[in-house]
Amino acid sequence: MSFLRRRKPPENQKPTPPQPEPELEEDDNKKKELTPNKKIPKKAEERVKWSCLDNCCWFVGCVCTVWWGLLFLYNAMPASIPQFVSEAITGPWPDPPGVKLHKEGLKAKHPVVFVPGIVTGGLELWEGHQCAEGLFRKRLWGGTFGEVYKRPLCWVEHMSLNNETGLDPPSIRVRPVPGLVAADYFVPGYFVWAVLIANLARIGYEEKTMHMAAYDWRISFQNTEVRDQTLSRIKSNIELMVATNGGKKAVVVPHSMGALYFLHFMKWVEAPAPMGGGGGPDWCAKHIKAVMNIGGPFLGVPKSVSGLFSAEARDIAVARAIAPGALDKDLFHIQTLQYIMKMTRTWDSTMSMIPKGGDTIWGGLDWSPEEGYLPSKRKKHRSNAADCSADNENVSTESKARNIVNYGRIISFGKDVAEAHSSEIKKIDFRDAVKGSNTANNTCRDVWTEYHDMGLVGIKAVAEYKVYTAGELVDLLNFVAPKMMARGNAHFSYGIADDLDDPKYAHYKYWSNPLETKLPNAPEMEIYSMYGVGIPTERAYVYRQSPSSECYIPFQIDTSADEDDKDKRLKDGVFTVDGDETVPALSAGYMCAKGWRGKTRFNPSGIKTYVREYDHAPPSNLLLEGRGTESGAHVDIMGNFALIEDIIRVAAGATGEELGGDQVYSDIFKWSEKIKLPL
Amino acid sequence: MASILRFRKLCILVPVNPISAVEQVSEKPQVKKNKRQPKQWRCIDKYCWMIGYICTTWWLILFSFNCLTANLPGLKVPEPPGARLRREGLTALHPVVLVPGIVTGGLELWEGKPCSEGLFRKRLWGGNFAEILKRPLCLLEHLSLDNETGLDPPGIRVRAVAGLVAADYFAPGYFVWANLIENLAKIGYEGKNMFMAAYDWRLSFQNTEIRDQTLSRLKSQIELMYLTNGRKKVVVVPHSMGVIYFLHFLKWVEAPPPMGGGGGPDWCNKHVKAIMNIGPAFLGVPKAVGSLLSAESKDVAFLRAMAPGLFSSKTLGLQTLEHAMRVGRTWDSVISLLPKGGETIWGNLDWSPEEGHVCDSLKKRQLQASASDDKGNNNDSRRAFHVKELTKYGRIVSFGKNASELPSSQFSPLVFKVASVDHGSSTNSAGVSCGKVWTEYNEMSHDSIRRVAENKAYTAETVMDLLRLVAPKLMQRAEAQFSHGIAENLDDPKYNHYKYWSNPLETKLPNAPDMEIYCLYGAGLPTERSYVYKLTPPDRCKSIPFQIDGSADGSNSCLKGGVYFGDGDESVPVLSGGFMCAKGWRGRTRFNPSGIATYIREYHHKAPRSLLEGRGLESGSHVAIMGNVAFIEDVLRVAAGASGAGLGGDKVYSDIMRMSERIDIRL
Repeated sequence: MSFLRRRKPPENQKPTPPQPEPELEEDDNKKKELTPNKKIPKKAEERVKWSCLDNCCWFVGCVCTVWWGLLFLYNAMPASIPQFVSEAITGPWPDPPGVKLHKEGLKAKHPVVFVPGIVTGGLELWEGHQCAEGLFRKRLWGGTFGEVYKRPLCWVEHMSLNNETGLDPPSIRVRPVPGLVAADYFVPGYFVWAVLIANLARIGYEEKTMHMAAYDWRISFQNTEVRDQTLSRIKSNIELMVATNGGKKAVVVPHSMGALYFLHFMKWVEAPAPMGGGGGPDWCAKHIKAVMNIGGPFLGVPKSVSGLFSAEARDIAVARAIAPGALDKDLFHIQTLQYIMKMTRTWDSTMSMIPKGGDTIWGGLDWSPEEGYLPSKRKKHRSNAADCSADNENVSTESKARNIVNYGRIISFGKDVAEAHSSEIKKIDFRDAVKGSNTANNTCRDVWTEYHDMGLVGIKAVAEYKVYTAGELVDLLNFVAPKMMARGNAHFSYGIADDLDDPKYAHYKYWSNPLETKLPNAPEMEIYSMYGVGIPTERAYVYRQSPSSECYIPFQIDTSADEDDKDKRLKDGVFTVDGDETVPALSAGYMCAKGWRGKTRFNPSGIKTYVREYDHAPPSNLLLEGRGTESGAHVDIMGNFALIEDIIRVAAGATGEELGGDQVYSDIFKWSEKIKLPL
Repeated sequence: MASILRFRKLCILVPVNPISAVEQVSEKPQVKKNKRQPKQWRCIDKYCWMIGYICTTWWLILFSFNCLTANLPGLKVPEPPGARLRREGLTALHPVVLVPGIVTGGLELWEGKPCSEGLFRKRLWGGNFAEILKRPLCLLEHLSLDNETGLDPPGIRVRAVAGLVAADYFAPGYFVWANLIENLAKIGYEGKNMFMAAYDWRLSFQNTEIRDQTLSRLKSQIELMYLTNGRKKVVVVPHSMGVIYFLHFLKWVEAPPPMGGGGGPDWCNKHVKAIMNIGPAFLGVPKAVGSLLSAESKDVAFLRAMAPGLFSSKTLGLQTLEHAMRVGRTWDSVISLLPKGGETIWGNLDWSPEEGHVCDSLKKRQLQASASDDKGNNNDSRRAFHVKELTKYGRIVSFGKNASELPSSQFSPLVFKVASVDHGSSTNSAGVSCGKVWTEYNEMSHDSIRRVAENKAYTAETVMDLLRLVAPKLMQRAEAQFSHGIAENLDDPKYNHYKYWSNPLETKLPNAPDMEIYCLYGAGLPTERSYVYKLTPPDRCKSIPFQIDGSADGSNSCLKGGVYFGDGDESVPVLSGGFMCAKGWRGRTRFNPSGIATYIREYHHKAPRSLLEGRGLESGSHVAIMGNVAFIEDVLRVAAGASGAGLGGDKVYSDIMRMSERIDIRL
């Protein structure tokens, strides 16, 4: 471009001067008759030349030149200037943890395996329909998402899976991007693993000692092995890295859903060959030093329910509240939400995160482990511990009367229902309701969401059941989306095992549920639960029926439901609780705080567990710090210096004790105590 | 950004007919404006106007180009071979391993000096090379290796990019493996059954294992793919230097653990179905000599001839060639490409296997057509063809054009080993001020340089001595890693050492009778075969005392710009690419004790018919051959299960069979 600019001027100057010249002469003749002055004819020439078109060109030229100038300045500017400026304002930055620990003398020791979570891994096209011409090996997911805007329907078609099998639709192959690039940045500038990778590299890690276990996060865990042999690949890579690094065991760092995936892997690898990897009963003990779960939703996340139920999460619900028309109107026949729902319902993996453990874990109609949680109280508790005892009594008496939120009711229809006492709620069982064919609805057929098979009767029945606890949720989903759940139930399970030695638990569908599997026999292994706290996290929803359920998803979050006290635990129809914005602290921390602590039936070999919480602090300086170095949010925590330091120390050989054992800010231990689960 | 702007402008621009607008508008509104701002349109405005004009046209053209090309039927590329073979019913069967060659693999930074701030995990090599232009010295420093050990310099870690992206495109738009990958994908290949064995091509082969465990990684990947694809053996597709790298791997994997991979004696037979060597540099390439001696090859020599000032003068203090040489000489892998087999293979002062080769393909055809009659007209070509004026390819380096043509009896005997003694004893008086560029030439005295040049002509064997003289450290380092001779007795236990593994003339192929070895290469392009050198004018502060004599042009077209050309694919001579498959390994020989079947598949070069074809669908040149349709089809068929016989056996255009016959080697 700039090259062209240089080259063209001579060519361009040629045509322009000759044009005005003849006119100029004429003008000159005219003007000469009028005035002898020579300056006026020159003006006339100008007049001829600068027309509207020229003005446009002039404008474009100005813009371009300024743009290039800025770009040039930006590029010419030394990279250290922003840092320099900010250091002048706020004082010197702390060294990144990698540099700091390198100075302390830490060196790469154990190979590190990253297991990315849902959504953050890139997917690329290997085979597609006509409409995806030219996208071969280009990213469909991750990267710039440019194609989503260019050909949205084509994109949705390629990202969807077959809704019968949960595998590839015919003649479409979308595969995970391999290598560290798979999930270092989700979109340009939005890091996921990049900061951690960069810091590990500072103490000597490189590609041969770091492995990104990228997998297709859309399909169920066992299917990644069936289709792509991803689990075999991870096994082989861990074995290779352990062998080439002098027998040093691997440190595994799963994030988000990766924690469940790796749980599945640990069972798979020791299971005998046809269903498992045939690694033998001591594979984990031999190859894994530590599993450092970052924000692992061991017991599921309530968010996935709203995602499956109505393709909404808080963000969408808020968007709907702000601009009611945008998402609901059938403008341009886009039906955005419906398409999203159609697509995500073909992804088996979303079902791995449905809350597990039912009412025992998540609470019943009148009870939940987190009840009495007050964000304002916790804040105070942190700031001045002296006040807390007095304050505590006040609150506890108060909360008995008013302040208990029924978190156990994960879905309730109407705010009053969410707050009413359980004896006041009349439930009409929906399970036997007859599903009628939906008479009104033929035009929306192309969007497949199963709601069309329910009929108005079914929808009404669902709404009349009023309140759903975690245990009933699975039934609800079975009712509204039978096909999807039929697929999901073959790959995942959401219960609690009574007898773990029952041979049925050898089936792979139980492997990703920590409440239905035993940890492998690896007493030297360590399991960490590392997650952010201090951010309101979705825990339960207030729903309503959509005003007109013609072409729409018949349910939506009731954004008008708000709680007006200082705590704001109910906002826009969502009850929030302590967590990292996506995973409630309960889900991420319970297993390490109680379920696996010591020798329990879920952890027969007594693997050591550690809970490491990171309290959220928003970035002090938005412009320069980006997403913060003390963030506790689900993805941003990967840039949290304290967390990175912990990981690096463990990778360089430290144990959990040397890190300082547990580090807890939330009430996770208190909540865990309330959960009555035989261990 | 740009596209948004473009659309906005278009809306304004399109409805206005430029000429009429100028005429109409010029009458009234402009008068007002001019009265208000009489001095408005000055130089800057004109500049802006011009830029705007250019930008707008550019966008318009770009826009129409984007709209049109996809829809114009005339511009449609012909159907790729993958799609055609898929319709024939071919599907992915054997996993495929791609082994890239030298230079084509990307390298990225993992740890660097402060000057490379912000380049962490960015490509230093490959990609768009923007950084090299921005901070050339810094980048050269990072690309160099330690000149003692041949490994990383302290504080710098540059590593090979992993995965298929490592070498699919070398620079944006310049494909290497991308075409092959895309066609393989058409018949069902994907990440799980296709693997790019990227390695750091600057290191010696054994060092890739020592530093990065690359060979172990490759072994583990092949085993994994073998297991996860229903115990189907892999098809390996190495390119260029990757060919000898994989040869090294074959020996390494079966050798016992401390030095080798410990895979046992039947590993290859169990895991490898076929090795499809592309542009194989089995016996080395003469180009490597040129680049080691003076960091030049044909292209540089031509440039120097065209613009003599550019390279010789020290304008801007760049010393481009010196820097290139300094960096290149720290790379051990270059040594692996020196011609192997000495005079037996490459010819001596008077003889070479290619003698009688006619360089101009046009003449060749004429000659064949009218060989018997009309002797008067074809004087030129006859001279080239006949015994009197045979090109002496065997003299790989000769000083002066005369030396390249003289009969051998006029040469003084080699006094060369004496000359090597006083190396280093006297300091180079001129080179003191420019000593910051390290090329070892600084340590040579003018005397010894002159004595080297007086020796006039070097064959493949004596050129090694020459290199030992001019670059002792490099050769000392590298000769611990590579060997270039011919084995007398292959059972000698010394051949268990890894330095022999990449030389096909000093190793036995593994015991794998079911395996197949293909030699796939382009032919019909002039390929560097030997050089005419001259001394550079000595007075200047230059550290490279030799350069290719760009003025040396032959009466026949074999000698051009100081370079003698033979048949080949532009980089690798046919001899190096084909000899092992044509003769050295054909049948049961001592190099191939288990009788592995070998096939030669040559692809005759045809220049692209139109610009739209890009680098051609029938190209035979070293890298562009990866887009050759016939070649891709061969690879696909083998990957889908075909055998060499199924492809049609040998396919030969060049004189490789006759050349091989002339080589007198005990088999």
